Amino acid sequence: MATPLAEAAESVEHAARLAHVSKSFAGPGGQQLVLDDISLDVAPGEFVTLLGASGCGKSTLLNLVAGLDRPTAGSITTDGRPALMFQEHALFPWLTAGKNIELALKLQGVPKPQRRGRAEELLELVRLGGAYGKRVHELSGGMRQRVAMARALAQESKLLLMDEPFAALDAITRDVLHEELTRIWQETGLSVLFVTHNVREAVRLAQRVVLLSSRPGRVAREWTVDIPHPRRIEDAPVAELSLEITDILRGEIRRHGRH
Amino acid sequence: MAGTETKTAHSAEGTEARGAGLDGVEAGLDALESADTGRPPLRQTLVRKVLPPITAIVVVLVLWQSLITFRVVDDPTKLPSPADVAGEFKDAWLQGTLLGFIWTSVSRGLLGFLFALAIGTPLGLLVARVKFVRAAIGPVLSGLQSLPSVAWVPPAVIWLGLDNSMMYAVILLGAVPSIANGLVSGVDQVPPLFLRAGRTMGATGLRGAWHIVLPAALPGYLAGLKQGWAFSWRSLMAAEIIASSPDLGIGLGALLENGRNASSMSMVFQAIILILFVGIAIDLLIFSPLERWVLRSRGLYVKG
Repeated sequence: MATPLAEAAESVEHAARLAHVSKSFAGPGGQQLVLDDISLDVAPGEFVTLLGASGCGKSTLLNLVAGLDRPTAGSITTDGRPALMFQEHALFPWLTAGKNIELALKLQGVPKPQRRGRAEELLELVRLGGAYGKRVHELSGGMRQRVAMARALAQESKLLLMDEPFAALDAITRDVLHEELTRIWQETGLSVLFVTHNVREAVRLAQRVVLLSSRPGRVAREWTVDIPHPRRIEDAPVAELSLEITDILRGEIRRHGRH
Repeated sequence: MAGTETKTAHSAEGTEARGAGLDGVEAGLDALESADTGRPPLRQTLVRKVLPPITAIVVVLVLWQSLITFRVVDDPTKLPSPADVAGEFKDAWLQGTLLGFIWTSVSRGLLGFLFALAIGTPLGLLVARVKFVRAAIGPVLSGLQSLPSVAWVPPAVIWLGLDNSMMYAVILLGAVPSIANGLVSGVDQVPPLFLRAGRTMGATGLRGAWHIVLPAALPGYLAGLKQGWAFSWRSLMAAEIIASSPDLGIGLGALLENGRNASSMSMVFQAIILILFVGIAIDLLIFSPLERWVLRSRGLYVKG
């Protein structure tokens, strides 16, 4: 479990710190509690996956951390504004791949002469060196998510939030992007908070897996994943831990069937 | 699963070795899944786009001529022959007045449209973004689209007299609602995901409007412009037909009215054909290419 009451003075030590965060929305039967007393720290350079079934409020939680919404109770501190990647690539279709990245740089305050070079560097980083002038619709699903990743990296954030970014991709592409993400994370030293409902994906990628229960979302359990990189989703230790987590996850889900 | 491993202790070599292989895999996947977006060859464009309308025009001409040849309509004051109308064009051309008629109306129409653009755009933005303004005039603005702009001609004549400013007023009243409404629906249809993505990138307020909302709303805005032009042109013709005065010069609407007064059906036909031709030409030369270009660059253009 996360340590609830570490002192605020060491907040710089965290890429993100969530302290007793709750969120409720106005629903049909009055206020509906979606997230209940979530405390979670992400250390600088740490890769954390948030795992949960539907209705655990994963996406709501990411929106809160991204500053797109406010918690009903509790506090969230991040080291600067985090970058956010969505399940849909969310690239702007009126701009080329390169210009999408340059827009992020521009909004970041990077002066014009440096933008083009930086955008090309970022495209190189996601292995899309030749895609600068490509329109979004000319790219495959996997390429779009890589451009989206480059655009997120352009924000120079210390924390990258990812909301099921690979869920809409086919298995082969997803596998490849797992490797890319791991490589980029290792190269850049970013902190990553990655939301998914895919247990193996969570184990494959993370240093720490945080399981959320559903309705309301609470931190149910945490696992430290110390399987050495490079990992593959088929590796036995990944499968082994995935099984263990799946069993707990199913237990959590089963509770909702009993009334 | 034993031992804690920190990030620095990751076996970088292993990753690189795999990464090198990945490069090829990725390039292969990219090539397999990328869309091919070439333009069709010219011949195909001619056959698919140019041939059908020409065929339609020829069919209409043949039907028209046969009505006269087989004496179905045997009264030149009701239906002139295609040759009579062609003669009318030839005369106007030889007298050097043909381009004058067209220019009088087109210059009015385009200038009026530009005014409408300058007023309709900020108005549309205001309605789209300010809730109070939307609640106040939004319904009226969309209601105005269904009001035939010819209804504005009598009041415009009374207010402004028989001069060009009255023409422009009628054009504005016809085109501004279309342009503003197009922009409003364009803004309404901006996917919320773009707005969220923009906000996480720091595009809020005016910067958000400039970098995200406006470009995202461009297709809807262009559709509004296209409709706005059609309304401008229609309003102008209504105004020219109803309000004729020597000071106003002879535009296409006045030409039509002159033809009626002179009981010259071939002149009436000439005017109608010119009005239709100009309306279509402006659309084909300006608005359609613009719209196609915007849609194609976004991958939204469906080949018809």
